Amino acid sequence: MRAYKPKDNVQAKPYYTDRYYVAPQVPKQDVASDEVFAADLEAIKAKFEVKEAYIQVGQMVIYINPHDIYSVLELMRDELEYTQLSEMSAIDWIAKSNQFEIFYQMLSMTKRKRIRVKYFIQNGQAVDSVEKLFRSADWAEREMYDMFGIEANGHPFMKRILMPYDWQGHPLLKTYPLQGDEFAAWYEVDKIYGKEARDIIGPELRDTARVDRYDSERFARLGFEVPKGTEITGDEQPHTESYQEEGGVFLIKKFDKESSTVIDDPQR
Amino acid sequence: MAQVKNRLTPFFENITFDRDDNELILNFGPQHPSAHGQLRLMLHLQQEQIVKAHPDVGYLHRGMEKMAENMIYNEFMPTTDRMDYIASSSNNYGFALAVEKLIGVEVPRRAKVIRMMILEINRLMSHLFWLATTALDIGAMTVFLFAFREREYLMDIIEGYCGARLTHAAIRIGGVPLDIQDSFISQLRTFLNKLPQNIKDYEDLLDSNRIWLMRMEEVGTISTEMALSWACTGPMLRASGVAWDIRKEEPYELYDEVEFNVPYSDKGDNFARYRIYMEEMRESAKILYQCIEMYEKCVKDGQTELMAHAPKYISAPKLDIMTQNYSLMQHFVLVTQGMRPPVGEVYVATESPKGELGFYINSQGGPYPYRLKLRAPSFWHTGILTDLLPGHYIPDVVSIIGTTNIVFGEVDR
Repeated sequence: MRAYKPKDNVQAKPYYTDRYYVAPQVPKQDVASDEVFAADLEAIKAKFEVKEAYIQVGQMVIYINPHDIYSVLELMRDELEYTQLSEMSAIDWIAKSNQFEIFYQMLSMTKRKRIRVKYFIQNGQAVDSVEKLFRSADWAEREMYDMFGIEANGHPFMKRILMPYDWQGHPLLKTYPLQGDEFAAWYEVDKIYGKEARDIIGPELRDTARVDRYDSERFARLGFEVPKGTEITGDEQPHTESYQEEGGVFLIKKFDKESSTVIDDPQR
Repeated sequence: MAQVKNRLTPFFENITFDRDDNELILNFGPQHPSAHGQLRLMLHLQQEQIVKAHPDVGYLHRGMEKMAENMIYNEFMPTTDRMDYIASSSNNYGFALAVEKLIGVEVPRRAKVIRMMILEINRLMSHLFWLATTALDIGAMTVFLFAFREREYLMDIIEGYCGARLTHAAIRIGGVPLDIQDSFISQLRTFLNKLPQNIKDYEDLLDSNRIWLMRMEEVGTISTEMALSWACTGPMLRASGVAWDIRKEEPYELYDEVEFNVPYSDKGDNFARYRIYMEEMRESAKILYQCIEMYEKCVKDGQTELMAHAPKYISAPKLDIMTQNYSLMQHFVLVTQGMRPPVGEVYVATESPKGELGFYINSQGGPYPYRLKLRAPSFWHTGILTDLLPGHYIPDVVSIIGTTNIVFGEVDR
């Protein structure tokens, strides 16, 4: 029977997991343990619903409602001195709950604090663009769209950024295979040579670990190597290897070992 | 294989359209030598002035975040080298620190000192490379040769340490793989003693050079608001009036024990950034002198440990693996299956030569990260070109790209 492979997550899987292994947790602290974070959280809570808040590895994480994101970040920027949006992107939870988790990494330089603002959206739902607040979100949201297919409402230029404009599929989804899908295999062949050349050229192999130049299954036949899969007949011609230095180095006409100096110290 | 005629339309280096409104579209790159990589800039021009700039990136996209989701943590380390390949150990370090924060291990002091030395050498290498290439773009060939010569000495030192010149993979999760070689300190001292004179040479060549000043002063001015809004970090932010250096503000390793200044300027133009790179080289040299002292003190105190002791996550020293049964078993599991960090997430930012290099890791307790986001400073420093270039003239484009110090391994990841 063929082994079952889940279709909703095609990422690499550990080949062995202890049945009784319970993964430990990175400890979470209460927000009250840090004065600055506690005050920030109070200010946010006064106006918006905060679903969950905790401190993990020295940074506060808050969960809010998706439609509040613009106003929350505006409040954080204008009143709480979180003046930089360092990073924002998404996490794919489609296999688990058909959701995406979006995070915004905020930095306050005056308080030396970082807050991660997060919320969940359903698969297929769009987010509100915060490009008007932080110009950095312009490229971050484009990258998120490119990688996950999550659109940002109100973004001025919602186009792919890293992948080609005419690409199909979103590479960072868990359903997207590492070596690319069918579309990826034929993308360049179709584009450069046309569909009719598919039979001649064949699909593009994106497995970088694939080696088909050398025979790695049979014992090495030094000097008589054959490409992988070739039948060995016994009358192969030996390869002759030659070195550039054989018969003297190119351009050097006279070389006297005695009168030359060897530089030991590279920083002479 | 049979010859197949390709369908690519002839590609002209500079595609120009003459429109009704006399606007020209100039395609700068993706193979332009001054673009420092595969940057394609679509410039809308009115005469020589840029009215709209549209940077197009992605020509070096290798999907590192996707690769990370399919690799065990230690496997990903050499991949990080390929981000900012001018200072690759700083990427190694950023990733190692993020994982260490996630699993909660403390690195031994001697390893910390070695890491700091490697990081500062990388910073010097990166800044020298920046100076060389930017000066070359503006036409100063001598500075290019001088700066590359000094960079070569540093690469020799690094090569002696890890065997590689560009892609170092010199840092491990939990410490460093090796102690520094015998000649490391003496070579570094020789280099550092010469460095002030070298920096002075560059400055003598550039500071009052008419061409250099024309391309640097009052060109590419970034206001503080713009720098903050575009998430600029590192020298780009410090040149725009914010003295924010993560080494100082959120110290990692032993940066709180060393004394150094954070140079900053409120000018925000190309020249301010140039001055900051030069001053940072001096500060790095200062840090390196202090690191040498710290290292010698470690040797004197007999601190020999180079890797953290955390058998659940990090292999034992080689001697133990070769002699102790349990260490060998642990090592086998860690190599074949990989470490399994606890469930949780972490965002760790470090000050790479280009700016804030952040690693966001979401672990679900498996041997592969569930999500890994690389926050590369150059990505935003390329994005800012959209707002920065309009109003400038074509000759300034090259100098502005130069001073943003973007590296495309990092932009496209």
